Parts: sequence; C-alpha cells; structure tokens
Amino acid sequence: MLLDPLFDTRPAARDLPQPAPASGVEDALPAILTTPARLTHLQRLEAESIHIMREVAAQFHKPVMLYSVGKDSSVLLHLAMKAFYPSKPPFPLLHVDTTWKFREMIEFRDRMAQDLGLDLTVHINRDGVRQGIGPVSHGSAVHTDVMKTQALKQALDAHGFDAAFGGARRDEEKSRAKERIFSFRTATHRWEPKNQRPELWNLYQGRIHKGESIRVFPLSNWTELDIWQYIHQEAIPVVPLYFAKPRPVVERDGTLIMVDDDRLPLKPGEVPEMAWVRFRTLGCYPLTGAVRSTAATLPEIIREMLLSTGSERQGRVIDQDAAASMEAKKQEGYF
Amino acid sequence: MLTDLDPIATAPADAAPSDAANEVQVYLARQNGKDLLRFITCGSVDDGKSTLIGRLLYDCKCLFEDQLASLEADSGRFGTTGAGQLDLALLVDGLAAEREQGITIDVAYRFFTTERRKFIVADTPGHEQYTRNMVTGASTADAAVLLVDARKGVLTQTRRHSTIVSLLGVRHVVLAVNKMDAVGWSRETFERIAADYRVFAQRIGIDEVTCIPVSALTGDNVTKPSDAMGWYGGPTLLGHLESVDAAAEEKLGAFRMAVQWVNRPNQDFRGFCGTVAGGALRVGDEVAILPGGRTSRVARIVTMDGDLETAQPGQAVTLVLADEVDASRGDMIAAATGRPEVADQFAAHVVWMDEQPLLPGRSYLLRAGTATVGAQVTELKHAINVNTQEHAAAKHLDLNDVGFCNLALDRPIPFDAYADSRETGSFILIDRLTNATAGCGMIRFGLRRASNIHRHASKLDKAARAGGLQKPCVLWFTGLSGSGKSSVADRLEQELHRLGRRTMILDGDNVRHGLNRDLGFTDEDRVENIRRVAEVSKLMVDAGLIVLVSFISPFREERRMARSLVEEGEFLEIFMDTPLEVCEARDPKGLYRKARAGQLPHFTGIDSAYEPPDAPEIMLKGAEQTADEMVAQVIGELRRREVI
Repeated sequence: MLLDPLFDTRPAARDLPQPAPASGVEDALPAILTTPARLTHLQRLEAESIHIMREVAAQFHKPVMLYSVGKDSSVLLHLAMKAFYPSKPPFPLLHVDTTWKFREMIEFRDRMAQDLGLDLTVHINRDGVRQGIGPVSHGSAVHTDVMKTQALKQALDAHGFDAAFGGARRDEEKSRAKERIFSFRTATHRWEPKNQRPELWNLYQGRIHKGESIRVFPLSNWTELDIWQYIHQEAIPVVPLYFAKPRPVVERDGTLIMVDDDRLPLKPGEVPEMAWVRFRTLGCYPLTGAVRSTAATLPEIIREMLLSTGSERQGRVIDQDAAASMEAKKQEGYF
Repeated sequence: MLTDLDPIATAPADAAPSDAANEVQVYLARQNGKDLLRFITCGSVDDGKSTLIGRLLYDCKCLFEDQLASLEADSGRFGTTGAGQLDLALLVDGLAAEREQGITIDVAYRFFTTERRKFIVADTPGHEQYTRNMVTGASTADAAVLLVDARKGVLTQTRRHSTIVSLLGVRHVVLAVNKMDAVGWSRETFERIAADYRVFAQRIGIDEVTCIPVSALTGDNVTKPSDAMGWYGGPTLLGHLESVDAAAEEKLGAFRMAVQWVNRPNQDFRGFCGTVAGGALRVGDEVAILPGGRTSRVARIVTMDGDLETAQPGQAVTLVLADEVDASRGDMIAAATGRPEVADQFAAHVVWMDEQPLLPGRSYLLRAGTATVGAQVTELKHAINVNTQEHAAAKHLDLNDVGFCNLALDRPIPFDAYADSRETGSFILIDRLTNATAGCGMIRFGLRRASNIHRHASKLDKAARAGGLQKPCVLWFTGLSGSGKSSVADRLEQELHRLGRRTMILDGDNVRHGLNRDLGFTDEDRVENIRRVAEVSKLMVDAGLIVLVSFISPFREERRMARSLVEEGEFLEIFMDTPLEVCEARDPKGLYRKARAGQLPHFTGIDSAYEPPDAPEIMLKGAEQTADEMVAQVIGELRRREVI
C-alpha cells in the first residue's frame, strides 16, 4: 500500500501537540460551544474549494474534471468526493493522455478511477499520434501544443463540456496569479487576460452562450505547501513517483531525465545511472526533471520542500521557453 | 519558509524528536494553528505598490533561487530600477502587457507566510479605468494597504481607493507613506500626510487607520524597523499586518446558508448543500426556508468525515431536515428566530463594471447568494464622485461609476444589510445578452413600501373581457423611423375592425404627446418610454384587446422586458425590416435630414443604435412588400396562432 510509510509515523505523532484533525470537530466540541470557533487555514481552503465545486455542479449542464494524475489532481479528486458526499461527483474525469506520461501515472490513474467508482474518459490526439508527434522528436513546444492543448480542445468539443475543472494554483506562476477562479473561455477556447469577468465575494458567475465554456480552478488559493499538508492530513493517495527511490536517469543540460521506457534515445556515450531521485511535479517523462532525494515518506517530502531553494516548476522544461510562455499557452487554450 | 523551519532543524536533540516525521508533525501543527489574513494593496501607477509586495515576498524568503534568477534576467530587460538593481515589481506584474507597460492591470494574488500568520495579497491596479478590478480584490479583503508617495501626499486616487475600500467594507486600513527615502526620511512630511489622511478617512466612515512611513525600495519599516527613521515608534508594515484582527466580525449572530445544490443520491437521502454564511448551527435547531417561510428542524449536518453536532461560519456542509420540506437552489436556510429580511425592493450602492452603461428601468439578472432573479434599478438617487465623494444627480452609471439606487426584483429574496454581512448583503448584476458581470452592489436596507401594496384579484379575467371574440395580445411593431410601422399598424387595425375585433393602437408619437411628454431621447428616457408603453399595453391585454404598438423601440432588452410582462404567446414581435437608405429616402417627417444636419441628436439609425430582433414572430420587408401584402401576412399569422 502506497502510504504505509506515512501511516507508520502516525502513532508516534499522537503524543505530540496536534492540529485538530478534519474529522475532529466533535472532539473539539466544547471549544466550539464556549468560544467563537475559528476554522484553520486548511479547513478554510477546503470549504472554499467545495463551495466552488458545488457551484459548478449547479450552474452547468455538462461539467468535467480534468484529471492529470498529479498531486494537485489527487487533492481535487478528494475534494470532489467530499463536496458531493454521499453522492458521487456528478461529473466524469477526463485525462488528456499525451502517450508520454510516466507508466506509473497511467497505472495509478486507472486504479483510482476504479477504486472510487468514477467515470474516466481518456483522450489521445490520434492525429498527433499518426504524425508521430513526441517531445523527443519535435521538442516540448510542438509536443505540448499538439498532444496537450489541441488534444484538450478536441476532447472538450467532442463531448460538449461547458465547464472543466483544473488543478492549477495561483502560486505556481505569474499569469496564473492573475486568473479568475471561474475563468471564461471563448467558443475557440481562448483566454482573454485583459478582459476577465470581475469575480466578487463568493459569487461565481458561470453564465455562458452556447459553445463558450468556463475553466474552473478550485485550488487557486492553495500553495504547494498547503497541498502537501492536506495530502498528509487526509492521507490522500498520490503517485509513487513523488517518493524517492533508485531510478534510471540521465543528466541533460543539468536536468535529470528518467528513462521510463525505450523511447528515450540515448546520446552517444550516455549511460543511464541508477540514482535516488523523486519528482516534485509530474508530466511527460522526457520533459520532467527529477530531483536527487532520499525522501521516501510524506513527512520527509514536506521537510525537503521546506528546505528547498528551487520552485516546483523548475523541473518543467516547458515553462522555460519564454518569459510569458504560460500566458501565451493559456491564451491558446492550455490549462 | 526557511526561517520557519530553522528553529526545529537546529533544535537540540532533547527539545524535539529527531526524525523527519516528528519534526514535520510539529511544524505542521504550528502551520495549522495559523490563521489567514487577506489584504489588498492599492496605489497609483508609481507609488511603488508592486515593489512593496515584491519586497514582502523577498524579505519573507518566499522566493526561490530559480525565481530570483529569472527576476535578475527580467530586471535587465524590463526593469525600471537601474542597472544591477532587482526590480521587485516584476515579481508581481505577471501579464505580458503589464510588464511591457510597467503598470498593473488586473488583480494578482500572492501568498506568503510568516512565523505568525498566512497571507493572501491581492495586488490591485490603481488606474481609474481599472477600478472594477480593485473592487474585485477588495470584496474579499480583511485589510487594505493604501500606498501614497511621500513626495506627493494624499492625492485624488488615494481618496478614490479609500472610498471603494469603505464601500466594500474593508475593516482595517493602513496608509503606507512610501518613498520616505526620497524625502530625506522627513518626520514632518510623514506627519502632515498622516494628519491629512485621518481627517479624510473619518469623513468617509473609515474608523480604523494606521499610518506607517516606509520605503519599499530599501525595505525600511516594511519588514524590519528603520534605522533612518528612529523617530517612528510604531510597528513595521508586516508587524502590523501580523497583529490586526483577522477573524471576520460576526454581526448577524443568526444562522444563514444559501442552498447551492440539492443532494439526492437515492430515495432515502435528501440533503441541502451550502456554505454557512453566518451564525452557528446545531442539530435540532429550528430553521426557516426563505423566501417561502416554511420551517423545519435540522436533523443531520452531514460531511464525508462524519456527521457534525454543530456547523460554523465558513464551513461547507450538507443539511438534512426533519420534515419533507421543499427547498432548492436559490433558497436560503436561516435561523427561524433571527431571520433575514425578505423583500422584492431594496436600496443599495452599485458599482458599475460594464462598458454599456447602467440604465434605470432596464432589466438585468441579479445574483445574490445562490438566487438569480430579474431586477431593475427603479430610481437612481445619486451618483457618488469617487474622487471628491460628492453626490450628484445622474441618469445612468458609466463604467467604474458608483451610485446609490433603489432596485426592484421579479420576486422577493432573503437578504441582510451589507454592513451586517458581506455574504448575504451583496449581489452582482449580469447583462442578460452578453452574460457579463456588469455591476456589483452592497445592500443598505429593504424597502417596505413594496410589501404594503397588495394586488387586487378581480373576478373577471381577460378571456371573459375579450368575450370570445379574440385572444388578447400585443402586436409590437419595431423598426427604424420611416420604416412603415405606423401606416401598416393603422391599416391592420382597420382590417381587424372590419373583421369585428376589438383593438387599440399605441403610437410612439401620440404617446409622447401625452403620457410620455416628460421624456426626451436619451438612452435612459428611451428605456423609460418603452417601460411605460409596455405597462399600458399589458393593462390593455388585461382589458381583452388586441393592442397594436408602433414604436421604434431600438433596444432588444426593452422589447424583451415588454414581452416578459405578458403571458407566453401574448406578445408578437413584428419587425419592419426596411433598410436605413430606404427610410432615409422616404423621410416622411423630415427627421433624417435634421439628424444628418446635426439638429437632432440621438436619432436612431444615425447616431443612436438600432438593435434588430433576433427572432421576431413576424418579419415584414418594408421595401419589397406592399402595405396590403404586409397586412395580409399579419392577418394570416394571427389566424394560424388562433388569435382571431
């Protein structure tokens, strides 16, 4: 079981001063009765995200949740299970598979959908596959555009989804920091950063014309630390790639690339070495840099993150193309 | 972040468990105990607002090496601070256009943590043209940091920002007097600006103001006390933000929850999902479902983590009630004792956010909580000049204008005064055609007069009054001046009369001689003109008549409003689709000539827009068909629809 190392630490941790666990409102009852109780930071974030998800379920005809299999998606999925309990989330999951994801991501994806009994749709850009598009042969920009952005638009159009949840956070990147929680997209999926709808109080406004859509970001106000803290508190399963272990990697331009299958052509003299590594962020394996680490449990990961001097997107090759690359990609319809 | 963990990482072995797990547990426990303060920063273009936020992030060590590296690169490309200096503003101005122009256009949200607290900063633009973006940021802020340039003092924009902060009910206001380095750290300058501001703030109802002299460029008094300003004995900016009261004041004291979604996984479970907007709730409490007013008791408070005994403000919950009462999205569940007001009219401050002006009488969608209803401004009492705070008469509100108005809704909704609750006292206005969020409002008080006028139900209905001769309805002719509306309506009425039907004709020009003689031709007056005619035609439909209305009625929205007054099938829109050139060539009243000569402002088709119908019931080609053909076409359509 994935989270065994974490569970092992819990009994010991009980002796320590503990935050009120999420399920412990009853335990904390006397406090609630005598003083005006205050929600913790994470409880506030959780409630805000649930509120947003319920708004989407109520306002749209055909919402979908983009499931990218990463840690943010894991949190998103967990929140969706909470938001509609005891019902199942009233929307399917959609994974845009570039065919270059880590194998462990695909296994994890299928298992999660099965365990939770959710409807999962996988979309692959078949045109791109026919043309042999890939990150190694065509570079990150072309690959991302064809296999992610275009593929996403194909899937949204094909199913007629009018709202799509994504797990993006405002602390990830500068143009994300400017984006609304309900983010309007034109019928051609374009984002107009200079003409966004004002978004006031908790009144999320999702009225659209036919063909237009809204991208919804329930995790907008979460930080990377909040995500890990919540995964820890709620014991949410995440892909094992986040945990360090010996993996075959090659070093290119200072980035450690994992040799996940035999599609990664090795350069002359390049020999994969087994190194203790893990991933802070997950994507297409040839575009995702690993970090050297021995952090094999959640607490170790959190500790490592707190002491880190690099941001999580550092490992993403695609963000380093140009200063405004994310903004440009988002305008084209990228999540 | 580093600072946060260091004490543990370096703690002696006997003080803390040594392994990562326990260390992190202790750390997380401390993180979880922290609360959250949301604040906005506002200032004009070069007050140094983005630099200040950059400074906070930088000094709180919330920047990573790769971010610093790209900041160094960007400082060289776009920076305005000179060679070799980091331009901290570039950390926050995220859009390409912002970096190129060196201004903030839209709200940016930033996150940082200190030993004491977590912060979300909304960096809002200072330009008047982006006021709506500032309002967006202010709507969720607990505190506001207003920046002024020490060299310039309190300026118009400072007053504008303060007015908005006051309107949006931001409780804590900090005046950060920036660029103190540029005035030789002068105490006198600071105290003069602070005194000026306090007088002003009090006048507009901001009670709590803290003034702090800072330099975002050097960091003085931002996170560390200033050596250069030894004369200042107050807190640093960060120190102050760490200590202000973050918890929203609970003024209502009574439970409120708007129903977002009804949860029905099976026949045996029916839960009402929502976020607690005020007051605490306990299982067994008596609640009312509003606006209906039925009451029940709370049987369960359901969450995936288990049922709760109580729920508190901010929590997202699912309520199960003891009785089979009907509630759906748009309803509010509230404490049975201590209910909100329920009315279909109220007075509110409105901030307008759309390029299309707000016109009194025009119908918008109003969203309050989870309820969406039709609404119109019935009276624009005054506009507030956000720069001078003066009240002025206004006929409409333009983009970024603020007004105080009465609103009337299609049906009653539950609400509280904004001063008592941001969640249940706020609303947005949505343009029905573009779906834009066109405005926002803060409710001041409900209007009672609506509740004292009761409809009188009469014994006879319109079918009885029509005496079996016809199905009463409105035939609404719309089209340009000179398109032939009046002449076709006239002939049609004669034909209907010949067929023994009861009719009445309302003609634009004639009505303007009487009922509407007080109205001109501005957009506001045109809206009111149509509203009155629509109401009169509705009365005539009730009288059992076929009403022929012949009005240019250039705006789709007003025709839609007229349609909404009568029942389904009682409104037939007849579009006189005659090209402008033809109408202008005819010019039966010589009006086009006058308009072209500039003697007739606001003339439809010339300098005022005509919005053609999207789907009229009947379309007449005024340039191609003869009058008899058009009359015959309408008569045929009336027979087909069994009007006659």
